[in-house]
Amino acid sequence: MEAFTTLTGIAAPMPKANVDTDQIIPARFLKSISRTGFGKNLFANFRYREDGSENPDFVLNQEPYRKAEILIAFENFGCGSSREHAPWALLDFGIRCVIAPDFADIFHNNSFKNGVLPVKLPREVCAQLMEDAKMGGNARITVDLERQVVVRPTGEEIPFQIDPLRRHLLLNGLDDIGQTMQHAGAIDGFEAKQKAAQPWLYG
Amino acid sequence: MSAQKPRTLFDKIWDAHVVETLPDGTALLYIDLHLTHEVTTPQAFDGLRAAGRQVRRPDATLAVIDHNIATDASRYTGIVDPESRLQVETLEKNVAEFGVPFIPLLDQRQGIVHVIGPELGRSLPGMTIVCGDSHTSTHGAMGALAFGIGTSEVEHVLATQTLLQKPAKNMQVLVEGNLAVGCSAKDITLAIIGRIGTAGGTGHVIEYAGDAIRALDMAGRMTLCNMSIEGGARAGMVAPDQTTFDYIARTPNGPKGAALERAIEWWRTLPTDQGAHFDRIVTLAAHEIAPQITWGTSPEDVLPVTGTVPDPEAQEDEARRAQFRRKIEYMGLTPGQKLQDLPVDVVFIGSCTNSRIEDIRVAASIARGRKVADGVRALVVPGSGLVKRQAEEEGLDRILQEAGFEWREAGCSMCLGMNPDKLKPGQRSASTSNRNFEGRQGPGGRTHLVSPATAAASALAGHLADVRDYQPKDAV
Repeated sequence: MEAFTTLTGIAAPMPKANVDTDQIIPARFLKSISRTGFGKNLFANFRYREDGSENPDFVLNQEPYRKAEILIAFENFGCGSSREHAPWALLDFGIRCVIAPDFADIFHNNSFKNGVLPVKLPREVCAQLMEDAKMGGNARITVDLERQVVVRPTGEEIPFQIDPLRRHLLLNGLDDIGQTMQHAGAIDGFEAKQKAAQPWLYG
Repeated sequence: MSAQKPRTLFDKIWDAHVVETLPDGTALLYIDLHLTHEVTTPQAFDGLRAAGRQVRRPDATLAVIDHNIATDASRYTGIVDPESRLQVETLEKNVAEFGVPFIPLLDQRQGIVHVIGPELGRSLPGMTIVCGDSHTSTHGAMGALAFGIGTSEVEHVLATQTLLQKPAKNMQVLVEGNLAVGCSAKDITLAIIGRIGTAGGTGHVIEYAGDAIRALDMAGRMTLCNMSIEGGARAGMVAPDQTTFDYIARTPNGPKGAALERAIEWWRTLPTDQGAHFDRIVTLAAHEIAPQITWGTSPEDVLPVTGTVPDPEAQEDEARRAQFRRKIEYMGLTPGQKLQDLPVDVVFIGSCTNSRIEDIRVAASIARGRKVADGVRALVVPGSGLVKRQAEEEGLDRILQEAGFEWREAGCSMCLGMNPDKLKPGQRSASTSNRNFEGRQGPGGRTHLVSPATAAASALAGHLADVRDYQPKDAV
């Protein structure tokens, strides 16, 4: 996983609540066995018309948002399925940070595992950032994970909260399997005790 | 463990599975059962391979194919779509390489992962159960802690049999009283989501309680827990009771004899203690719940069957007005229109929400001696090969086919538009599945979520229908 420290870039405004995972990446595009290549189908049902041509009204088909690295949205972003293809598609498109008032749990988890930073900020603040984002290429937003601030184009700094362990993993680009493997002894011990008490759980 | 403090069902299962607690409060949580399917695992097995890791407990892992496959006879001659075929073959290769138990496509036990886990007796009370699929919440009906995970977490569980988790908050949904005629667990769950909203359960595990829940059979409890995720909760649970134990005793792979006795002894200690703390409690009166239908593109857009399409202009703020306009435009509706006036093109009875034998019995009881309306395509897709066999033994397939329903092979089918069963753009469906998101059943498809009874009645009527007008003929 690529570390996330600080990012300054173009933010795409998506003033919608309940952006679900079927919108982010429709199920028909989940057949790939790789983690990459999903970017071209990110938001496919909105980005492309029935004949496959681009829908010019969709934000990510407009300049400068084709190069957006940040997405601003409203409540309950990422609701729906557990598909990790959702953060994979965002990442593959080039989006490394989503700012919204709140996120669905599984999407929130999945994002951290892939170096995509979900930032929770109050709705009023998101609405303000949405207006900033609408200003296009002249309005770059900075997301600084080290200092836990979002910097508006005006220079105003907005602090955000984040789980310390997740911040640490993201700042260092660490995968957590290796870390858990260090607890192998404790897992062995747990299994031995559980097997004695609940033998029906062991095949 | 704090034995004195009253604990919830969730607290007890959580406490029993904490291997270690990290300094920041994150728990290393042991996972008892890991269900896997073709869509969310290829990248996880690749990760294991790249790191030279093994599957820690193949005996606690089970793989099945469900999402990608056709539900017509074409499955017997091989998968046509090359991408689907590659994904299925990849799972077959991975389970062979890593020694994971696997139910092949043409095995009679094949079916939707959330149907077969309980049905085979693999999903049991007190367990922690995960799967790379958000509807893993279904297994909470057994009195288990069951939740969906992403592919990175699938890899983590394969390698370590654990997950790094923060404890969830406890939420109780109490449903008291008796359900009215024509209503089922699906109507309860839609009514709950209508009440709490699709983010209402975020960060919580929901325990469903109250006498209306106690009265549900296991299939009904699974429907209820299944859609916890549509209410934003990762997991839903029902405390195990005699209904649960009797169900497990009938399963092929559940514990038997002395092992079952010993297990039941532990399972009886699991229900929430008197006085245990819930962070949030929501109460519904069962008798007030009418058959429910969703009108929009979120499961919270739900109304009683007698309802009318809402007016966007009557919503309180501009953001909501704009959202409602979009939903109504996408769904092809007119404000004020009666839901029952909406003609349906397709009726889908199936999915991990409603494809069990009990669901099919209800559909058949309404279809018996009647005909599907002209121009309506109606599919019944059993949740597993075992459900299909049971239905055929009971003659339900004949009743349904005589009425004009298609009788299909087991799989996820039209729930999610990633296999050949899809809506065409503009088609309207009455569907027993769980999500009515834009494009969920196929690009441009318009989904109304309903119970199996309402779906069957709508197929006969040719429009969204009130099942109370279609009581079983043999019961009249």
